[in-house]
Amino acid sequence: MELWFTENHSDSVRFSIRVDEHLYTAETDYQRIDVFQSLEFGKLLALDGYVMITEKDEFIYHDMIVHVPMAVKKDVKNVLVIGAGDGGTIRELCRYNTIEHIDLVEIDEKVVEVCKEYFPSMTVSLDDKRVDIHYADGLRFVRRKINEYDLIIVDSTDPFGPGEGLFTKEFYGNCYNALTENGVLVNQHESPFYINDAKAMCAAHERISSVFPLHRVYQAHIPTYASGHWLFGFASKGLDPLKDLDEDYWNNLGIRTKYYNTELHKGCFALPNYVIDMIKNGLEGEY
Amino acid sequence: MENQNKAPIYEALKTYRQKRIVPFDVPGHKMGRGNPELTDFLGKECMTVDVNSSKPLDNLCHPVSVIKEAEQIAADAFGCKNAFFIVNGTTAAVQAMVLAVAKRGEKIIMPRNVHRSAINALILGGAVPVYVNPGVNKELGIPLGMRYEDVEKAIKENPDAKAVFVNNPTYYGVCSDIKRIADLAHENGMYLLADEAHGTHFYFADGMPVAGMHAGADMAAVSMHKSGGSLTQSSFLLTSDTVNEGYIRQIINLMQTTSGSYLLMSSLDISRRNLALHGKEIFEKVKSYAEYMRSEINDIGGYYAFSKELCDGGAFYDFDVTKLSIHTRDIGLAGIEVYDILRDSYGIQIEFGDIGNILAYVSIGDRELYLDRLIGALNDIKRIYQKDKTGMLDHEYINPIVKMSPQEAFYGNKKSVPIEKSAGKISGEFVMCYPPGIPILAPGEQITEEILAYIKYAGEKGCFLTGTEDLEIKNIMILEN
Repeated sequence: MELWFTENHSDSVRFSIRVDEHLYTAETDYQRIDVFQSLEFGKLLALDGYVMITEKDEFIYHDMIVHVPMAVKKDVKNVLVIGAGDGGTIRELCRYNTIEHIDLVEIDEKVVEVCKEYFPSMTVSLDDKRVDIHYADGLRFVRRKINEYDLIIVDSTDPFGPGEGLFTKEFYGNCYNALTENGVLVNQHESPFYINDAKAMCAAHERISSVFPLHRVYQAHIPTYASGHWLFGFASKGLDPLKDLDEDYWNNLGIRTKYYNTELHKGCFALPNYVIDMIKNGLEGEY
Repeated sequence: MENQNKAPIYEALKTYRQKRIVPFDVPGHKMGRGNPELTDFLGKECMTVDVNSSKPLDNLCHPVSVIKEAEQIAADAFGCKNAFFIVNGTTAAVQAMVLAVAKRGEKIIMPRNVHRSAINALILGGAVPVYVNPGVNKELGIPLGMRYEDVEKAIKENPDAKAVFVNNPTYYGVCSDIKRIADLAHENGMYLLADEAHGTHFYFADGMPVAGMHAGADMAAVSMHKSGGSLTQSSFLLTSDTVNEGYIRQIINLMQTTSGSYLLMSSLDISRRNLALHGKEIFEKVKSYAEYMRSEINDIGGYYAFSKELCDGGAFYDFDVTKLSIHTRDIGLAGIEVYDILRDSYGIQIEFGDIGNILAYVSIGDRELYLDRLIGALNDIKRIYQKDKTGMLDHEYINPIVKMSPQEAFYGNKKSVPIEKSAGKISGEFVMCYPPGIPILAPGEQITEEILAYIKYAGEKGCFLTGTEDLEIKNIMILEN
């Protein structure tokens, strides 16, 4: 007998992972949560049928969403993380002694509960005394914050489910308000490859750019996400992810990483031409 | 209450469809087969019930079977004697009310902030309006309801008037003391007509202002398609035993289509059943949505989402808490500007914006995420666009100077002049912002510099001006001499 988990990467493209066991399933008010034991990728978390993380490649995503901004903005004390109930982003953040406080806002309490049970290596830092977990809607939470966070990380699902509100102009505007003077916003920025992901990517870029004076896109290769080619957004009120990168500072911190390094940092902002064009001109004429 | 489980028109349509009747009657698309593109767009289910009047489906103009039964069940649901299915919009219901009680030359007492459909009925039938100035909230710049004392005065001065017309509530959710006004009208031998285009839910929810028919109205026009959930253009005319059912139907048939749409009628039938069975829970939810948003928006600062705290026993007698009306002038933006920014920059379409306010329509169809999107967007708009409010126009209501009846003016000898040169003349047509469709000028009213300044300001701020023959509103028809 063969069991396969299949995710549609587009209407006519499928991505399948052979699984050994279906460990968990639940339908919450927000989404369907599933955990599988796979052969190649270890344990796998899926929300509404989309792969969120696997044990084998989660380090890529979490390294890139945390260490890129942390190597640029050195005085981060107060962090807001939206989404990220799986704990991986928090784990990476907690490696910085300079961080004094982290607010984690996750809409679905069940995600945290499930990850604590099935992904202990990712959730190790959720009990860190610097971390406050809020089970709330991100859009609602951030609205009331003014000049409070040095870094906001939007570790959201795709904009087609409960994460929809985290891809809106009003959300980015409210984040701008919530950031301190030199604050940075980093977000999961979808993929440029398949058309629906690309549309969401372009829309997110356009909206963030209308709010923040500086917005740069960077990339990573994440095997279990659609097309494998995934983007992140770096938005700030002035800090430049390349000019303000302090390599010596970061390298002297002695944080051991499996994916991120400062050479890769400099390279990951170099984008393929079609992505540059898409970001500059939108999707018109492209498809 | 037991019969509220039924939906006779809906059931008849389902049976009709099952029987696979061979249609050699209109409509020519014949259950969609003749128009595949339209069928693809609207759906086969929809097209197969877009059918004609016939014996099993009854006839809207002269109902004897399933429509008659559906109308009686609806009347029971609303707690009145008769309910008429209306498929030409609440406009048709309002016009039927007016035409039924006041003939040519007869008077009808009404607030000036009526919907254009009420004044249109005066043009059609020739009745003469006696306007009661609605109270105005100076701070918000909106017209309110009628004060009891002002109606009393109008009745004393016009004892020959045939009816009193009340908005229950206004577009913004403000109610007059309709119960006492109804009693007063009846004591003086006048009918009480309620325009309840925005008040369907008053009949089904707890903690709402009193519904017209429950307050003693003789007739009420109820926009089922607004808070009631039916399809656009479907509506009810409700009547009490003080009016003649047969005569009212004749009046309706003067203007209503003889090809009543079964899509609209079945939507009324199903929506009525839904409200009768689940209305209480539905509107509790809507109320909680509106209250949540009101409190969050007031917390942002600068915006004022008003509610019952403004009730004063007079022109602001009561308030519909499901309405989310927000005053925006204190952040230096006209409501219409906020309305445009919300649509253009945030992808959020609200009901309308006027000079100083916006109205977001809250209903059972809302999702909690969307409530927060609107609040978040208003927060962001304040951050980006807030400015000094000096120089902003602050009134939304100008007392009209009525020179002749709307019908006389509309059918009089008219000529077109550039609008900026029309001050002092008598208007032969309407000018209004749509929405809300409340006339700034109605036929027969004198044009003043103040009105022209208001029209210019509203146009500059981006209001969608309508009513004149000239679609660009550069010229206006005035009465000759």
